Parts: sequence; structure tokens; C-alpha cells
Amino acid sequence: MSTAVVAGDTTATERKPATMAQALTRALRDAMAEDPAVHVMGEDVGQLGGVFRITDGLTAEFGEDRCTDTPLAEAGILGTAVGMAMYGLRPVVEMQFDAFAYPAFEQLVSHVARMRNRTRGTMPMPLTIRIPYGGGIGGVEHHSDSSEAYYMATPGLQVLAPATVADAYGMLRAAIASDDPVVFLEPKRLYWSKADWSPEEPTPVAPIGRAEVRRTGSSATLITYGPSLPVCLEAAEAARAEGWDLEVVDLRSLVPFDDETVCASVRRTGRAVVVHESTGFGGPGGEIAARITERCFHHLEAPVLRVAGFDIPYPPPMLERHHLPGVDRVLDAVARLQWEADWTEDGTGRGAGGTEGRGA
Amino acid sequence: MTVLEQPGSSRHGSTATGDRPAPPPAWRPRVDPGPLLPDEEPYRVLGTDAAGKVDADLLKLLYEQLVRGRRYNTQATALTRQGRLAVYPSSTGQEACEVAAALVLEERDWLFPSYRDTLAAVARGLDPVQALTLLRGDWHTGYDPHEHRVAPLCTPLATQLPHAVGLAHAARLKGDDVVALAMVGDGGTSEGDFHEALNFAAVWQAPVVFLVQNNGFAISVPLAKQTAAPSLAHKAVGYGMPGRLVDGNDAPALHEVLGEAVTRARRGGGPTLVEAVTYRMEAHTNADDATRYRNDAEVETWRGHDPIALVERELAARDLLTPGFVSDTKDAAEEMAGALRARMNADPALDPMDLFAHVYAAPTGQLREQSDLLRAEIEAEGEH
Repeated sequence: MSTAVVAGDTTATERKPATMAQALTRALRDAMAEDPAVHVMGEDVGQLGGVFRITDGLTAEFGEDRCTDTPLAEAGILGTAVGMAMYGLRPVVEMQFDAFAYPAFEQLVSHVARMRNRTRGTMPMPLTIRIPYGGGIGGVEHHSDSSEAYYMATPGLQVLAPATVADAYGMLRAAIASDDPVVFLEPKRLYWSKADWSPEEPTPVAPIGRAEVRRTGSSATLITYGPSLPVCLEAAEAARAEGWDLEVVDLRSLVPFDDETVCASVRRTGRAVVVHESTGFGGPGGEIAARITERCFHHLEAPVLRVAGFDIPYPPPMLERHHLPGVDRVLDAVARLQWEADWTEDGTGRGAGGTEGRGA
Repeated sequence: MTVLEQPGSSRHGSTATGDRPAPPPAWRPRVDPGPLLPDEEPYRVLGTDAAGKVDADLLKLLYEQLVRGRRYNTQATALTRQGRLAVYPSSTGQEACEVAAALVLEERDWLFPSYRDTLAAVARGLDPVQALTLLRGDWHTGYDPHEHRVAPLCTPLATQLPHAVGLAHAARLKGDDVVALAMVGDGGTSEGDFHEALNFAAVWQAPVVFLVQNNGFAISVPLAKQTAAPSLAHKAVGYGMPGRLVDGNDAPALHEVLGEAVTRARRGGGPTLVEAVTYRMEAHTNADDATRYRNDAEVETWRGHDPIALVERELAARDLLTPGFVSDTKDAAEEMAGALRARMNADPALDPMDLFAHVYAAPTGQLREQSDLLRAEIEAEGEH
């Protein structure tokens, strides 16, 4: 999907498509060029350029002191980054994969998230923790987790998940510039998605904390973020055949959460489905559904439904397609939004109020 | 770490002949472990020939600080019994470590204390009431860490060690000759963060000194159940940094060993691990019952090796322990304790709305809603 808008005058040069990975690399490069306090650190981020090549060229341009291959120890990486932030640096940490970030969890929860609060604002933590996350790339065990719920449950962290090339650049720049710590979740199956985006003229994006309506519609709202945005946009196109005109909201920022944009959309459409890869039980969808219900109850024509990953450990790659929310599962959920005026419980117990991620 | 050389380029040079496989790549240790090894006995100054060489002014300063530190510990323990502190992990018996750690640092250096190290923070110049805020319970960290360059007292064991490494590394990258001294206990050496911090420090040659106060117990668990290492100082060798073993109740010995480590770090020589062998004379905290896991005889043995008595003996031998000096030292300590007692007996001023003030640089929408809710609750309480 493309959100880039080429300037209206006829002299505008045609842009080449850029990938999300290229936009992320450029964001790191521009941040480092602009602010000498920005330091990139992690496993294999130097000579190799990271296993996804997001830090490609940074060590060559800025030297090993600015883009540093660390020992292989995530708690040590984040813990030393905390100390660097204490001394006025602005570290950008790469966790190689979602599930490899767990050793750093104590540093994140007990120090990164709490340091500003603990010290009454005298010791902020301007840290960015980049985490390639989510499935859909055929990764073997421990390479495909959606770990956002853990981070969302930790006060003091901002949790961002870009889904477009323009957002990848704009949101990473905003994350690095932020004086609060950011868990920056990069949807790895969108690393190679393309849009006509130019590093010379990066498309301006909304600030941290704002959601974006990616497709307007009137029948129901699909609320999603990160790797599930393309799924929802595809589902919305397919839904036209069924006579549904779906609106798609891209959250972008899970924390802070944009109640305003989400609720404005749901009040317009009266129906909502939350879509994400993370497990349904205890996942972000439950919080989002509750927030909508608390704020939009009288506008709702049906309970808020969830389409989520099953409540299972992330499956092996040859089975992951059954786990990941796809277009059909999203459309099935939309179909259960009580479109019949005389809808009654059918006695199967599978009514509209179930958690769709738990065996739908 | 080893250096592997390609067959053919190695000093074993020859290629395979006939059916014999080529020799493996040459191997040699990267550094000679010998000089990194700690002494076989804890290093001591007091009671040895070296004692006479300790500067008289330093000896008197250490005595003043130890007496003051002991009085601080007894006062804080008393405040716990009076309900003025929620909890106090005492450093009674370990004052030499606390005081020496503070004294070897320059103004620009940083101290990374654990929760048992409020005395080190106070000895570095921090206001005692601010140092005790965490343990009184009115806020987590009662001071601006930048003011005296004392990091927040750290409760999750050993997690402050990588912070010290990162800070020291950042200072070096900026060209500042700043040293970080990080404090941890014997139990903390079992944590993963201890390992990762020492490894990062050695790889980066960061200007850090790690001070392990081996006080014999992690709450109730004795050292024998914590490690099978020859000593905690020996662990340094595995990271490629020197380990020093020192008597943790011998203040001049600690001052010398820690001072050397700080100087070495400042000059670009890299990190040092110092194990100070001492003893926790009190229970873990006021909430603990030490009689359940150790006997009085052991405690009494250590009482005979008291850090204050050791310095007193040397001062007396040099005719420096004059009645005037002793009473002046005692009076100064009493004055500190009296002021601390008076200030801690006043109830702290609390503003519940502070709960929302520093979660983020600017409060989120959710936090604004929740702070409005709390404000309304408090206003409703006030109307009753």
C-alpha cells in the first residue's frame, strides 16, 4: 500500500519504490547524522549490517563507536544502554528477533520503564529498542513471536508498530527523538513491502500516539496495526463483493493509545473487529474491545469481535498459515456482526460475543 | 578467547602429507591469566608491616568516617523500630567497604549502590534523608542522581552493574576521564547481570570498578551454596580482568586496593573486580531472623575483627587516638544522628498527584483521565 503523495506540480520527479527495510535504515542513518548522541548497538549490527540488514552501512559511515557489535547478551545490551542514556547518549538497541528480547525483559521492566518515574523526572530514558517481530516469514521456533502485550502492560514504555514505508521512517525518527523509551516493533514480513517513498523528501507522518484511518468505510471498522494492516486492507476490498464498506484504522501506536480516532470511527460505523497476530487471550484486542465498549456502547450495533492468533505457542513454519489471521477469518468475523435486525442467539454458544482467536 | 590461525599460515605450517590430516589451527591463550589472579589470602594492611606506612591523616579520616557510618547504621535501625523506616538493610560491620568506596572516587566519578549501600551514598555527600527516602517509602529515589553522581539505589540484584558499565563506556566515548564504581553482594554474583556486566566491561575495557562485598550471606543462604569458585575474585580471570581479594574490614587496605583499581581504570587500564571479605553483623533486614540460619559464635568471631576497632588499634599504637580526637569524632557522629532523627521524625509531605507526574515526559490521555479520577476521590475525602 502506498500513502505517499507526490507533490502536485508537474515538475515533481518520479520516485523509485523503497522498501520498509530501506526506510528504516535511512531513518537510523539520518538520526545518527543529525545527533551525535545517537548510538546504535546490538548483535551483528556492525560489519554484517544486522541479520535483516537494517543497520547496513552505519558502521562504515559512523565508525564502530557509533554502531557497535556487542557481546551476545541481551540483558547486557539493554543494561549498558541504560547506563549510556544516564550519561546523556541516545542509544538505539537492536534485539535480533522478538523472542531473543526476553533476556532483556528485566532491564526493560525494572529500569528502562521506571527510571523517569523513580527519579521524579531527573533521569529520563531516551532509548529506542528495535524488535523485528511477528510471523509469516517461515521462521523456525523463537523467530516469530508477537510480544506486544508484554510491553503494553508495562507503564512507562511507548509501544509503536509501523505498517507502512512512510511510517517506518517517520515513526523511527520520532522514536529516537522521544525522551521516553520506545519499544519499536518492526513487522518483519513487511520489511520488503514497497511504496513510492523518497529519502530526499520523506512523507510527513502523524506523531506518536495517533492512529490513521487507512481506508474509509461506513459498514464496520477493522482496527489493526503492524503486519495485519495489509490483511485488513485486502479483506476490506474483498468485502465489497458482500456489500460491506469497511473502514480500516491503523493504530500505529499501541501506547499511547488513540481512543479518539478509534472511537470516532466506531461511532460512525457502529461495528468493530480488532485484528492482530498476537494471541487473543490476554492480547491487545481485549483491551481495545473494552475501551470501545466503555466509550461507544450506545453506538454499537454488535459486540466488538476479535480476530487474533490462536492461544498456542507460535506454530512451526509449515503450519503457521493456519494460525495467522487471514482475509477469510476477518471476513467471517465481519459476517458475525449481527447484520440481521432480528438476530437471536442460535443456541450454539458461538454467538457474536466469543473471542474469535480462541478456535474460530 | 582464543586466536585461531588458518592451517598453512600457522607456525605448525606444514600441509597434510599422505593419509595424515592437517594439524588443527594453532591455539594460544589471548592473555596470560597469571597476573589476573587474586592473592591467596585477603590483602591486609592493619596488623601488618604496611600499617605504619598509612598516612596519619588518612587513618584519622577513615576513623571519623567509620564511627559516623556505624552511628548512621544504628540510627537507621532505631528508626525502623520506631516505624519511621519501612525497612533497613543494615551495613553494620561493613562500614569499611562503604566508606572506602566513597572516598576513592573523585567528584566527577559515579557510584552505583545497591539497597544496602545507603552509607556509601551518604559518605559520598548525599543527604541522609534523601538517601533513606526509598526505605522510608515516600518516593523510590529521593535525590537527583546527577547532583552527587550517585545512581538510584538498586533493588533487583546486580542489575545496576551493566548500567555502571554503560555509563563508564559513554564517558570514555565522550573523552571524559570518569570512573564508575559499582557495588554488589556475594549473592548478586550469581545473577546473570553480574556475568554480562563483567563481560561487557572487559570487552569494552570500560573504566569500571566492581566491588563485591562478600558478607557471607544472601539473606539466609551462605556462600557455599552460592558458588563453587575458589573465591569470588577468581571470577575476574574468566573475563580477562584482574581480580583482587581484600580484607573487607581493613579500611586502609580497601582504600589502597580500590584506589589502585580506580586509578587503573581512569588511565585506560580497564575494569577490576574487587572482592572484600566481610561479615553482615545484623540480620538481612529488620524483617529477617538471623538466628534461624547462623550461630552466635560465628558472629562473635567477626565482632573481634570489627573495622572500627582495627583502625583504633593502629591509631592508638601511633598515639593518635587522643581523648580529644575520640570525643570530637563521637560528638560529630551524634550530631549527624540527632539531625537525622529529628528530620525523620517529621512526616514527609506527600502529594498523591505526583503518582502521575513522571510516568512519561507528558501524561498520556489515559493517565490524565486516571489522575482526574484520583483528584476527585481526594477532594471527596476532604469533604467528609
